[in-house]
Amino acid sequence: MGSYILKRLISAIPVLFGITIIVFLIMSLIPGDPATAILGSYATPENVEKLNRDLGLDKPMAQRYLIWLGNMLTGDFGRSFSLNRPVLDEIIERFNATLILAGTSFVLCSILGILAGVISAARQYGLADKAITFVVLFGISVPSFFLGMMMILAFAVNLRWLPVSGMYAIYGGGDLPDLINHLIMPALALAAVATGVIARLSRSAMLEVLRQDYIRTARAKGVPERRVIMGHALRVAMVSIIPVLGIQAGFVLSGAVYIEIVFQWPGVGRMLVDAILKRDLLLVQGGVVFVAACYVLFNIAVDVAQSLLDPRIKT
Amino acid sequence: MPALKVDSLAKTFTLRKPFFGAARPGVRAIRPMSFQVEPGETLGVVGESGCGKSTLARMLVGLLEPSGGKIEIEGKALDAADPAEFGKLIQYVFQDPNSSLNPRKTIRQVMEAPLKQLHKMPKPDRNRRISEIFASVNLRDEFLDRYPHEFSGGQAQRIGIARALAANPQIIILDEPVSALDVSVQAQVLNLLADLKAEFGLTYLFITHDLAVVEAVSDRIIVLYFGAVVEIGKAEYIFANPRHPYTKLLADSAPVVGRPLKAPEQKGAELPDPLNPPQGCAFAGRCPRATDLCRVREPELKPMGEDQLAACHHPLEG
Amino acid sequence: MSSFFRLLFRNHLAAIGAVVIAAILLLVLITPLLPLHDPDVTATADRFKRPFSDGHLLGTDHLGRDLLSRLLYGTRLSLAVGVVAALIAASIGSAIGIIAGYFGGHVDNIIMRGVDMLMAFPYILLALAIVAALGPGLLNALIAVAAVNIPFFARNIRGITVGLASREFIDAARLAGMGHTRIILTELLPNVLPVIIIAMSTTVGWMILETAGLSFLGLGSQPPQADLGSMLGEARSAMISHPTTSIVPGIMIFLIVMSINLLGDGVRDALDPRLRSGALSRPRATTLVDRQGDISAPTDDLLAIQDLHTQFHVGRRIYRAVGGVSLAVKPGECLGVIGESGSGKSVTALSAMGLVASPPGVITGGAVRFKGEDLIGAPYETLRQKRGDRVAYIFQDPLSTLHPLYRIGQQLAEAIQSHHQISRAEAHSRAIQLLQDVRIPNAESRVGNYPHEMSGGMRQRVGIAMALANEPDVIIADEPTTALDVTVQAQILSLLDDLRRDRGLAIIFITHDFGVVAQLCDRIAVMYAGRIVEEGPTRAVLDAPAHPYTGRLIACVPELGGGRRALAAIPGLPPAVDDLPVGCAFAPRCDKAQDKCRTGEVALQGAASHAVRCHFPEEAV
Repeated sequence: MGSYILKRLISAIPVLFGITIIVFLIMSLIPGDPATAILGSYATPENVEKLNRDLGLDKPMAQRYLIWLGNMLTGDFGRSFSLNRPVLDEIIERFNATLILAGTSFVLCSILGILAGVISAARQYGLADKAITFVVLFGISVPSFFLGMMMILAFAVNLRWLPVSGMYAIYGGGDLPDLINHLIMPALALAAVATGVIARLSRSAMLEVLRQDYIRTARAKGVPERRVIMGHALRVAMVSIIPVLGIQAGFVLSGAVYIEIVFQWPGVGRMLVDAILKRDLLLVQGGVVFVAACYVLFNIAVDVAQSLLDPRIKT
Repeated sequence: MPALKVDSLAKTFTLRKPFFGAARPGVRAIRPMSFQVEPGETLGVVGESGCGKSTLARMLVGLLEPSGGKIEIEGKALDAADPAEFGKLIQYVFQDPNSSLNPRKTIRQVMEAPLKQLHKMPKPDRNRRISEIFASVNLRDEFLDRYPHEFSGGQAQRIGIARALAANPQIIILDEPVSALDVSVQAQVLNLLADLKAEFGLTYLFITHDLAVVEAVSDRIIVLYFGAVVEIGKAEYIFANPRHPYTKLLADSAPVVGRPLKAPEQKGAELPDPLNPPQGCAFAGRCPRATDLCRVREPELKPMGEDQLAACHHPLEG
Repeated sequence: MSSFFRLLFRNHLAAIGAVVIAAILLLVLITPLLPLHDPDVTATADRFKRPFSDGHLLGTDHLGRDLLSRLLYGTRLSLAVGVVAALIAASIGSAIGIIAGYFGGHVDNIIMRGVDMLMAFPYILLALAIVAALGPGLLNALIAVAAVNIPFFARNIRGITVGLASREFIDAARLAGMGHTRIILTELLPNVLPVIIIAMSTTVGWMILETAGLSFLGLGSQPPQADLGSMLGEARSAMISHPTTSIVPGIMIFLIVMSINLLGDGVRDALDPRLRSGALSRPRATTLVDRQGDISAPTDDLLAIQDLHTQFHVGRRIYRAVGGVSLAVKPGECLGVIGESGSGKSVTALSAMGLVASPPGVITGGAVRFKGEDLIGAPYETLRQKRGDRVAYIFQDPLSTLHPLYRIGQQLAEAIQSHHQISRAEAHSRAIQLLQDVRIPNAESRVGNYPHEMSGGMRQRVGIAMALANEPDVIIADEPTTALDVTVQAQILSLLDDLRRDRGLAIIFITHDFGVVAQLCDRIAVMYAGRIVEEGPTRAVLDAPAHPYTGRLIACVPELGGGRRALAAIPGLPPAVDDLPVGCAFAPRCDKAQDKCRTGEVALQGAASHAVRCHFPEEAV
């Protein structure tokens, strides 16, 4: 097991390099003088000159990439001009908030989605299946940002059950109940789409598995039906569900950008959008690399979970 | 001159180098083997799963590049594995008739491809030729504009045979051509193959795992085990008078009406691990006659009796 | 094509989706012709007019612009951008996928590494990075959305292509002299195209959503031009005071995406042949029973199948897989059931314990009696308690019939624990004992193996051990050696023979191989087109077959030691069981058939020991 984790960690190194190369290549698409473009309207001649020196913008591309990579590896992501603080400090602070939101949503959508899918498959064409299919269809069709807005209108403005936005109350907040209070709506809005996708996939994975010969074998052995579904079938279905959970984690992280805007959640997504609009490109660059790297590590955890479940994966 | 001559033909599948450690030696799917097929002959190739019979077949038609050795057809050596080059001389009939027909092409399109691509035949000639071939495999012309899913297994296999004939080859490789068919249809196809051979003067290489079928259709039979030839002999003798213990095991294992049920003598039923092949004879682990010599030195194919060769240090008495 | 649309619209939800999206498309196509206000002209005096106010059907927005006009023009823009992005992503991604999948090897490796890198990003990060570099704007948003979806198509289409490229018809095309380009264009593409269409129809809604999302963030369409996303984005600040301006574009996005999703699901179902036959239905725990007619009285047999009828209902077609089969075994007896594929032999076997997949299977008549007790239509729990305990099964392919993720010891223990309360340790040692009984060497270490770690012969021994777990009275073996090599088959057969003699087991052995039944079985029943045509003691039937079919079937199977010869083939094909001829099903292929054979039922006649269903039997019985 340990050697498998090590192997996956080592195999992540080229992927992490690939990520930096892709981000670097995209950033080199910036038209015109890169230094001025990166610094945008906040540029002063000194800043432009410093950036040129830091990034070696007069040097060939390969060399520029290595300089940038070297800086990042030593923890120097550059300085945000719009915020006037080191990029990395800002990202870590913001990422913390995103993690709370996206993490809660991910747990919610995984549990609800798999549960809905299994019930739906076990009761195929029954009332529960139809109801779940309908809700799922709604979930995957409604834009999460619109859903968020409607939830604010309904539960915060009209019913006044929950706070409109933010992460903590401005006066007297800051404790866990306060956080949960603020978290409920954005987490649910964010989980809606992924729940739908996971439920659909779990349903079809279960239906696929239930047709297999070994399910017939289990029934021929006299295994009780509940155990056939929740044991034999779900276990194999999880083999195809788990990778999708990994992919959906990426979608949850992506959706967090919209939700953070709608609910004014102080996360990394909102930071990125603000940075793009202010042309604070160093902040964008750093944020993208940082979040993508975290996502790669998360996917390793998914692979390890997968290998624990499926002995056919060589460990 | 033999119709097909194979000289030290071998195939080793290389394995990807593991992340840690040295490169592995690769899987020897076909150990160097030599044999020839005379014009008009049917050579049966028989062996169980994992013996390399499909790998051999794919090399013979150029679908797979050999890692060593030579293939000669009518004295002409074929070097590069190019199916278009091989196609005019040697054709292939696949095991699964439905998988070998493109589901989205009509039978006419399937039949036209070899005539157009290999023989550059103009349209009117093509139509005439297709009708001729279809008549010889007992299929009606009206089938030509249908799609593969409309046919039964037996009909689809006739179409597969017709396609092979369209290339006008001298030799046809038949890779388990009746295994996917029901027994009542199997006999129809086997008889058709015999008729076609007489009509067109074809040479067959007939690959199968079914001893009774191979005995019924072949002149000579090659027995493969673990990628190597263990015995070659005349069809009427080889299973009645096997020299190699593996051939005997095969013959004794085949269920025959009237023979009492008794598992033939053998020590296990496991094939050696292809990633870690044993030294010496690959069959030694299952062989009741194996000695220390067998576990050290690989036996060579030696003549034993009339028209029979076996690769064994301790052959059975003829 | 017309069958495609028929299938599509049979799905009501897909039809609804198609109607809604068609209506929206029509509306936006004629939008320039409609008498609408200019969508971009501001009139601050008229801001936030309520819906249904003068001249503004849906009211106005925060700059006094007509909401209806902006909605229609915005929908136009959103749809156009989403569809174009989907087309770009699909064509580039599919091309990459086909090339990687067809050529394989290094080409595949390099391309797929690149694709994996792109997929390592949560998609929005990539889109944001692209928009950040190129600057906000609708065109750049389109590029970003298309670019992040290319890997999805590439990976999806590659998977399909790899499967197709290893199919034999590609080899056949190469042997027909076709080059790579021609093979890709004429052999592969027609087969991949439905998958591309499915992938597009299921993602275009998503891409519309994504472009709307970027516009919502202010990174897509720039003022004054508006798509649905930027309308929603601009309205957000006034959401609490004037919710209409937000709700209108939001609902429009929802309608578009939902109708496309519904339609996409319909397209997928109509194009995917696996779904077409209703194959994705979940088989129930027991076969459906819809029994008509009377059932026979109990007999003193151990297991008796009496006049069993099992059908498959697929769409409007009814396949009469089993049309009145009676079989019985006494303790210690081995009965062989022999027939070609489609003869109904396996369905008969599975019907006994209600294991025929349902839907589409339905048992429509007859009885299955275990020690006199009728099991057809018995409550699930009654049936479950018999399954594996009194009547056990051995199936054909031991790789697909053993659970891939449980150790074989667990699977054996579970078979016992489903019927008996025993401790885990006891079950474990019992599992080892069972493995020893089926002569698996090193049973103590093998018990911890997974099925994929064993050879085919060893797996089938596990299958047999599992059937023996509760010391059943009857074992039903459904072609247990067909998937095995001949040397392994011999061992498994002799093992089964020893076990049944030692334990006095009754066996029903399903096979298509006369050699096997001859060696193993006391009696045999020959099936053709869902009925038994001949039944009797093995020797009697094989030596002097009474039914013409039995005789000719034996004659057309080559037997080892027979030498080189022409085989006596049976002309024609077995009948399709959804279209059985009147009278004897074998009559169209039989050279003795007369008019009498083609009218009316032919009864099974003769003594209880040897019976035949024929007017003109070869031998008197």
